[in-house]
Amino acid sequence: MSDPMGFLEIARQKTAYRPVNERVKDWDYVGPKTLPLEQNLQQAKRCMDCGVPFCQSDYGCPVHNVIPEWNSLVGSGRWEEALKKLHATNNFPEFTGFLCPAPCENACVLNRDNQPVTIREIELAIIERGFEAGLVKPQAPREERRERVAIVGSGPAGLAAAQELRRRGFQVRVFDKGQKPGGLLRYGIPDFKMAKYVIDRRIEQMQAEGVEFSLGMSVGTDVSINDLQRDFDAVLLAVGAEAARDLPIPGRDLAGVHLAMDYLTVQNRVLSGEITSAAINAAGKRVAVIGGGDTASDCIGTARRQGAAAIYEFSLLPKPGDERGRETPWPLVPLTLKVSHAHEEGCERLFGVMTTGFSGQDGKVSQLHAVQCETKDGQLIKKAGTEFSLDVDLVLLAIGFVGADAKIASVTPGLVQRPNGTLAGDVNGMTSLPGVFVAGDARRGASLIVWAIAEGRRAADSIERYLHR
Amino acid sequence: MTLQNQRQGLYDPRFERDGCGIGAIVNMRGERTHTVVRQALMILQNLRHRGATGYDAETGDGAGIILQKPHDFLLEIAEGSGISLPAASDYAVGMVFLPTEESQQQTIWDTFQSQTERVGLEWLGTRVVPVDPSVLGEAASAVQPAVFQIFIGRGSARDELAFNRSLYLARRLSEKIIGAQIGGANESFHVASLSVSTIVYKGMLLPEQVSSYYVDLTDPRLTSALAAVHSRFSTNTFPAWRLAHPFRWLCHNGEINTIRGNVNWFRAREVSLANELFGEFAEELRPLIRADQSDSACLDDAVELLVLTGRSVDEALRLLVPEAWQKNSFLDQARRAHCEYNATLMEPWDGPAALCFTDGVKLGVALDRSGLRPCRYTVTTDDTVILASEAGVLQVPADRVKVWGKLRPGEMMLIDTKQHRIISDFDLKSEAAAKFDYVGWAERHITQLEPRDPQISAENILELSRQQAAFAYTREELSMVLASIAQSGDELVTSMGDDTPLAILSQRSRLLFDYLKQQFAQVTNPPIDPLREDMVMSLTMYLGTKGNLAAPPSSSALLVKIESPILTPGELDSLERIPALKTCKLSTLFSPATGVAGMRMALCELVDDAVKQVRCGAALVVLSDRGVDAAHAAIPSVLAVSAVHHELVKLGLRTRADIIIETGEARSPHHFACLIGYGAAAVVPYLALASIQGLFANGDLAATLTYDSAVKSFLKGSQKGLLKIMSKMGITTLQSYCGAQIFEALGLSPQLVDDFFPGTSSRLAGLTFDDLARETIGRHRQSFDRSRPSEELPLPGGFIHYRFGGEQHAWSPEAIAKLQQATATGSFAAYADFSKLANAEMAAPTALRHLLTPLKQRTKVDLAAVEPAAEIVKRFTTGAMSLGAISQESHEALAIAMNRIGGKSNTGEGGEDPARFQPESPTLSRNSAIKQVASGRFGVTVHYLTNADEIQIKIAQGAKPGEGGQLPGHKVDQQIAKLRHSTPGVQLISPPPHHDIYSIEDLAQLIFDLKSANPRARVSVKLVSEAGIGAVAVGVAKAGADKILVAGDNGGTGASPLSSIKHAGAPWEVGLAEVHQTLLVNRLRDRVVIETDGQLRTGRDVVIAAALGADEFGFSTAPLIVQGCIMMRKCHLNTCPVGIATQDPVLRKRFSGKPEHVINYFFFVAEEVRTWMADLGITSFADLVGRTDLIGQRRVEGPGKARHLDLSPLLHKPQLTPKFTKRSGGYAPDTYDDSLVQQCRPALDDRTPVVLSRRINNARRATGTLLSGEVARRYGADGLPDNSITLRFEGIAGQSFGAFLAPGITANLIGAANDYVGKGLSGGRIVIIPPKQAQFIDDVPVVIGNTTLYGATSGSIYAAGAAGERFAVRNSGAFAVVEGVGDHGCEYMTGGVVVVLGAVGRNFAAGMSGGVAYVLDTDGLFHLRLNPGLVETSRLSVAGDEADVALLRQMIHRHISHTQSARAQAIMTNWEWHVAKFVKISPKSDGASASKKSVRVKSTKRSVGHEVQSHV
Repeated sequence: MSDPMGFLEIARQKTAYRPVNERVKDWDYVGPKTLPLEQNLQQAKRCMDCGVPFCQSDYGCPVHNVIPEWNSLVGSGRWEEALKKLHATNNFPEFTGFLCPAPCENACVLNRDNQPVTIREIELAIIERGFEAGLVKPQAPREERRERVAIVGSGPAGLAAAQELRRRGFQVRVFDKGQKPGGLLRYGIPDFKMAKYVIDRRIEQMQAEGVEFSLGMSVGTDVSINDLQRDFDAVLLAVGAEAARDLPIPGRDLAGVHLAMDYLTVQNRVLSGEITSAAINAAGKRVAVIGGGDTASDCIGTARRQGAAAIYEFSLLPKPGDERGRETPWPLVPLTLKVSHAHEEGCERLFGVMTTGFSGQDGKVSQLHAVQCETKDGQLIKKAGTEFSLDVDLVLLAIGFVGADAKIASVTPGLVQRPNGTLAGDVNGMTSLPGVFVAGDARRGASLIVWAIAEGRRAADSIERYLHR
Repeated sequence: MTLQNQRQGLYDPRFERDGCGIGAIVNMRGERTHTVVRQALMILQNLRHRGATGYDAETGDGAGIILQKPHDFLLEIAEGSGISLPAASDYAVGMVFLPTEESQQQTIWDTFQSQTERVGLEWLGTRVVPVDPSVLGEAASAVQPAVFQIFIGRGSARDELAFNRSLYLARRLSEKIIGAQIGGANESFHVASLSVSTIVYKGMLLPEQVSSYYVDLTDPRLTSALAAVHSRFSTNTFPAWRLAHPFRWLCHNGEINTIRGNVNWFRAREVSLANELFGEFAEELRPLIRADQSDSACLDDAVELLVLTGRSVDEALRLLVPEAWQKNSFLDQARRAHCEYNATLMEPWDGPAALCFTDGVKLGVALDRSGLRPCRYTVTTDDTVILASEAGVLQVPADRVKVWGKLRPGEMMLIDTKQHRIISDFDLKSEAAAKFDYVGWAERHITQLEPRDPQISAENILELSRQQAAFAYTREELSMVLASIAQSGDELVTSMGDDTPLAILSQRSRLLFDYLKQQFAQVTNPPIDPLREDMVMSLTMYLGTKGNLAAPPSSSALLVKIESPILTPGELDSLERIPALKTCKLSTLFSPATGVAGMRMALCELVDDAVKQVRCGAALVVLSDRGVDAAHAAIPSVLAVSAVHHELVKLGLRTRADIIIETGEARSPHHFACLIGYGAAAVVPYLALASIQGLFANGDLAATLTYDSAVKSFLKGSQKGLLKIMSKMGITTLQSYCGAQIFEALGLSPQLVDDFFPGTSSRLAGLTFDDLARETIGRHRQSFDRSRPSEELPLPGGFIHYRFGGEQHAWSPEAIAKLQQATATGSFAAYADFSKLANAEMAAPTALRHLLTPLKQRTKVDLAAVEPAAEIVKRFTTGAMSLGAISQESHEALAIAMNRIGGKSNTGEGGEDPARFQPESPTLSRNSAIKQVASGRFGVTVHYLTNADEIQIKIAQGAKPGEGGQLPGHKVDQQIAKLRHSTPGVQLISPPPHHDIYSIEDLAQLIFDLKSANPRARVSVKLVSEAGIGAVAVGVAKAGADKILVAGDNGGTGASPLSSIKHAGAPWEVGLAEVHQTLLVNRLRDRVVIETDGQLRTGRDVVIAAALGADEFGFSTAPLIVQGCIMMRKCHLNTCPVGIATQDPVLRKRFSGKPEHVINYFFFVAEEVRTWMADLGITSFADLVGRTDLIGQRRVEGPGKARHLDLSPLLHKPQLTPKFTKRSGGYAPDTYDDSLVQQCRPALDDRTPVVLSRRINNARRATGTLLSGEVARRYGADGLPDNSITLRFEGIAGQSFGAFLAPGITANLIGAANDYVGKGLSGGRIVIIPPKQAQFIDDVPVVIGNTTLYGATSGSIYAAGAAGERFAVRNSGAFAVVEGVGDHGCEYMTGGVVVVLGAVGRNFAAGMSGGVAYVLDTDGLFHLRLNPGLVETSRLSVAGDEADVALLRQMIHRHISHTQSARAQAIMTNWEWHVAKFVKISPKSDGASASKKSVRVKSTKRSVGHEVQSHV
């Protein structure tokens, strides 16, 4: 039972990361090596079991985790049942547990006073304890069905759909262009945010459940969608939104100016042993990261560990305040200043700065040119006379994504790509090609992992309905 | 007869209720005189204020008189009509109402005569009864019948009983034939009386019109030794002549709550009864009790039939209206056995009742088991007995008074004119009990079912989760509801009302139970408190074949007594093993594959099988749905029960066997109530128990529990819940509840109701049998769909809390967020988004109004021309949420906001800090314009009342109609306790009823009292929507209210048990429409303002409500949301995290609401209203009210059930209706009281002491109240110095003597007073002394009626005599000395001191949580009369209890100095000896009711000794 006074008697306590000077020396997870279960148990008691749990509404959790129910179970030490409840709505709580920005915590009623329940950490504690206790086991399908489903892409959306469909008895094969499954989860997310074994153990479980993987297969190149349509009863495109937004300004083609994801992927492949050395390396360099989001932070943390000499973060928008603005009352998501663990590890943050160009020598970037700007009536305006330049050796562009890789649409007649880069689907997520569905970032644009999981689960439902129509 | 009298729209004359006054006079010596008649008519006139008139002030609701057959008079006048009468015992006289048309009269006479002769009697002739029609009012005149007397000779009848049976036959046969011959005969042909020994004169008359209309009555030749009179208050302005009392045997003040069940049960018995009594005529006579008449008339029919079995009339009434004997430890074995024997024959006709009856020789009076109607009597030195609803109805010189007494609950008194004596209750019942060996009979024929250990019956249910799903269990229900009751033994309490859709609007599959709404008592009868007044409650049932009413105690089959109707499977097993009880078990399963037709067929077969089995001798029919699996679905249990029950009733077989239902469906008190209400005698909830076992196995229950204790808690909690449901309708025994059908169907088709739930009111058409079958089968299929893993079952739920994927909630996260965003940022655009959501434009409907839509008109008006928002917001109020329920911050912010916009906020039931009464600045006032008066009367002082613009009497509230509230101890902090005059940290209980409103005439009295206290305020009455509310509203309008508030069932911000929140009451749309239409039809709509509330949220809601008839609009939840409420539903836990529903100082700091946000909200709503008005072509809001033509029913798309609903009855517009134009206000202060004010001017103006002497009588009511209002207005709560005004009265005072008496006023009465003395006493002093000249033979005369000091906050009362029931009920500060009290003394008391120098009745100190009482324990049996629930007792000793002894001594001294009481003086002369006989009663010192969490409240138990210094 939840304790109605818990939130008054127990203070919110977040789990501390390891000390900066220690953690920047390795690529391991920034947090502690072992999770503080007792602390999480106490923190779970802060949950008020709200009459209207905003955390599990659309303001909070896209997969609608039954947060009050598992908080209550954790609070009374019933971890195993909590895990069941958690898995009932979320196939991969460890992915979200490590990586989710936790809109649920924003929507938590206690966040009206900025003291939300530490929902994400509790989620992580539940699943990690589950793995430790050997509770996460393969689940055989209840019955075998003969229909075959091809899933293109092994990011969280593809994996969630694959697991759901397999557990319902379908014959599922996952295609991915990477050497290992996981997509951006594996190649985009630095190890210090989530170690790769976290993905591996899930893949093992899925393989044991009977999901088959075809890796190193690029759909559209190695195999066409038409082929898949022929060989499978349904196809799910969960190809992500990997087309990065570029910055077409003078000097963009200088060496040393890279897309963030290229940079991050290289480091990940080095760490996993796929390649031996990083072609893009920040060691000893002055690094400018352009963009202020999570990817930018990932670049900063990576550059720091590689031994960058200096790191700058350039944000276009003015510096947000610390407090929730009047125009975004709870439970809306406010625009406030976020300090990531990468920021804590050291970097100079510049706000309200527009990068206007790069210049360099010998084809290599050596300077970044920028101007300060401000917003007026919603328009971004350069402030005259504030132009400045900065010496840099490496520029990383982390300014978002513009949709799915255009190639797949271009080689697949009938597959419609919308102007915003996403692949078009109907209410059930089916594209104009019969039996071909789309889900995840490919359908809704770059978004959170938790949305990808939600999308994958919904796609599984749609596909099941489609195959049983 | 008249258009208005027929059912139309939502107006239905069958909901008519009545209340009234009764009186009687008997010459005990049997001397027949005209004086008795004259005096009886005088009594009638003095009861006028208990009756009522409608829109036509000259037409009374009915009045009449019953007399001995005046043989000498009749002999003479019959001769004048050419009839020669035989000896008195050889003929009967009848009073007959006929149509005025002569041809019809002739037809009737022909029939009547032929039927009379057919049964062997002699038709002697008829006489036109002379009347004076000029005295009649317009309405009465329009329907005036021709009145005849008929004379019928004994003929071949051998003895009196045979004569009476033949008279009955002649009358009933004639009625049936004439009814068929001429249409509407029920209205125009009526035999008011036909008897050898009595005669009735009655009609649609005012009391004073009776004697002038019936010329006979003033004829000095007309004599009688006894007479009973009745003055009626009907909730209908079209009362009928025939419905006036007295009936043939009795007159009745009160209401039979279980009437539907009683009539059905009589139907079940009538085959055997009729055969026994009437042989060959039996078939022709049925039904023996006509259902189309009033409850009192039905009761009269029943009495008549029992008399015809050879019983005396008093015996018949003891059988029908028994005392509460089960828990009465004062009854001897023989009387208990007699009562038990009667209980096996007949279920009680349950409800408030004062019954006056006569057979022409004996006249008796009886009260119901709870004593809810008063009866006072006087015996004079010349052996005349006067008895009536009030004392003082006939002036008797003081020196001729011998006894002043009153009847106690369940008592009966008989005056026998042949034996020339009064037969007391004790003698009467003891004599009756001695007539037969009932003790031996009970031993031989009744066996008790031994409870069995639940553990034994623990069982293995296959596929538990699928079965649970098939019976619509949800995970939420298991983990919240079932787990809660299994752990605590109490039903789950939650708060913030119900914002989920009605079952018929839900997108989800719901149980049939969800379509049945519990009905509850309001105004015309009181709900009961099943906890504090447990002594009248009983769940006992007798299973088996019941005895025949017409036969003597027989050696019939065995009856098994069960103490609770909820049985475990083990207990059922035991029952089935009893050899003498033939049991048959019938399965209610069917194959879902056979579909809708299959379920229908299975039900038919089930009914046929049951009939067959009973015909073959089964005494117990067990219906069972065990064995549900993929191939077997269950017929909805209540459908199966009701179908079998009604068929057995119809065939006259129902008393031969009882029905037990063994079902997986039932698990909540509501389910049990439905099943029993539709005829099951017991329920076996096997799946609920298995589910508890499941919870237990999963570790979902506390580790400290055992399975055994969990089951016991579940059973106990369910029984408590069941008692609560019964008691909210005022029903005390399960026997009466069984089959009583106290439900309203919402969303079932008329066909389905008529076929299987006949007699249940159903106002909106909905699901047919086929729809219901489809819903059942669909749910079953989904539950057994193998592709769905069983771990996913049952479904999540979301019926209480919002759950993603669960039931829809009107307050979705989006709706809450949008509204908060809109009002906090002042954004109308965001409000518009909210409104779209809330008006269900984007989602499925959650409320009936979402199915209605304003019809945009072609002639729109310009928005600028529409009445401004600033005017519209004045029609808005905020709900009655007490300071205590919500925090001071929230309460005051609402008041400030409403005062600023000219709307009204409401104090709620918790008083208000006087510091708030005066505005701080022109724009800042924290005074709540509406001051609520609820059943707890917390903080209701005369000062409080005088600071109201509107005084609201809360009869019921949407979240828990028929129940009282409780403020848990942890919410009672210093401030709250101060305002409520109670102790911090101690829980406060509001009684379910107002103890001064047990009937409609009581409500009229309270309205009169409140208007006397503050004539400037309007008085509103808050009702909750249910079938029949229209009739209640008419009564309320006739009682003088200015405004009627119709609350919906689903609002309510207070804490309440789940089954009340979900299953009691109806939506406001239906109630509002019914009230509006019924008032229009009754031509009373112009007298009252109508307000409605219950989850109103948007301008569209307001527009729909206005079109349905509302003038004003209440909002509660929405303004709280605006203040930051996020529907935590934790109000009852004091842990509201946003500082609204909490008193915790830490949490209160979190409150972030602002008056400006609330103002924003109301202006947004008003602006939305304006845009709709523009579309509707309406410029002035007043023109929108009642315009049902401007709204229509919206078609709903999709698969939902809503499309089955037919809302056209809501849109009915009565024809021939006056447009409401005037607001009458209606109150004129009693000139008597007004003259007191005038004569007290010196004291009022400059505090010059005034002493006045007056005579007084029972028509002078609320004496001193108007004056007290004047004092409070001038001098505030402190009033005047002591003895500023001394009023000396002599005589018998009317009701509410000294109500709200202000400080500085002493009301001295030599004589006696009626009910409600010192109601709301606010500092004044009341002294009552019986006249010295009286020759009392009892040592303690009764000088005060019932319900004294109700809600008194300060002041004192000294009475040298005894008082009635509920003395000092909810007293919170007054001091009282009295010399005897009736039952329920000091009930719910929270403060003050009560000294009783004499006998007390039973159930003393029930619910007493504060104050102290000292009782002189004269017979040493006080402990048997105490309700020890909340109190502890100790004997006083001079040595050990100095403070107590000093206080007691001081109070007795004061008593002597005020009253010169001889009794008190005697005590003082032997003080030391008497002290030891006093028992001190005070709340338990461990603060049993205070919560552990209340650490933030320091208990400050006040020193009693200190306080007495300051009292006057």
